[in-house]
Amino acid sequence: MNTRILTLLAVAGTLGLAACGERPQIVEYKQGQYQGKADTRPWEGPAFKGDKVAWENALRNRNQSQNEYKRVE
Amino acid sequence: MARMKFLCDAERCIECNGCVTACKNEHEVPWGVNRRRVVTMNDGVPGERSISVSCMHCADAPCMAVCPTDCFYKTEEGVVLHDKDLCIGCGYCFFACPFGAPQFPNGPAAFGARGKMDKCTFCAGGPEADGSEEEFKKYGRNRLSEGKLPACAEMCSTKALLAGDSSVVSDIFRDRVLRRGKGAEAWGWSTAYGGGKQEQTRERKQERTQEQAQEGKQ
Repeated sequence: MNTRILTLLAVAGTLGLAACGERPQIVEYKQGQYQGKADTRPWEGPAFKGDKVAWENALRNRNQSQNEYKRVE
Repeated sequence: MARMKFLCDAERCIECNGCVTACKNEHEVPWGVNRRRVVTMNDGVPGERSISVSCMHCADAPCMAVCPTDCFYKTEEGVVLHDKDLCIGCGYCFFACPFGAPQFPNGPAAFGARGKMDKCTFCAGGPEADGSEEEFKKYGRNRLSEGKLPACAEMCSTKALLAGDSSVVSDIFRDRVLRRGKGAEAWGWSTAYGGGKQEQTRERKQERTQEQAQEGKQ
């Protein structure tokens, strides 16, 4: 009798806790899938012709130029 | 490349509306649609604060969640964009957005008569080919594909509005806050109109006393 109750409790516990699993709350958007609809990536345009590193460097420069403390140094 | 974000420094914003003008001019946004606007709190009262607001390109965007035609999408850089060909102008995104970013060309018209939704694209255009005329007509200029940041942030005269890689933007802001201190005397009116001079005088005095102390030791 006791073992049956224990087994039932174990099963109920397993099922109950399984519902408490932590799932990521933010969707990972993949290019061309689900809401990550197909679009040309910014570095694939005529200006950079697929050169991602050059695009990132260009943006990094622009980003840093917003910091006037660096600009006056 | 991390997530693209906007950050508006309320201590610096002088409500010049340069960002609004830059955006409207850059994208030839039609009359009645404002992708960006400046909101002022306690207008006219000493200590008033202004911030520039547009689409904040949320990590978990509510507009994307409520759109019945699933017209929104997110780029690898975390920019929330939408497909105007799929938009039916229902206005659900407008009600879902906490910033009031989605705009409709026909204003608060009846359901279905509002026109296609228009919002800030982080100057990243839309699904059409980068830099194409079709893209420009629907979404405005694609500056991101030209290696440039949004026009509003780059035009901001006081650099209150920062845009770009979230980690860099937060670094710039952190550096700024550490240098200027905190509170009302940090920037804005007191620094621009006199407070800064007092600060400089105090710093000079401190430097002089330090120099004199060093000379005394020698």
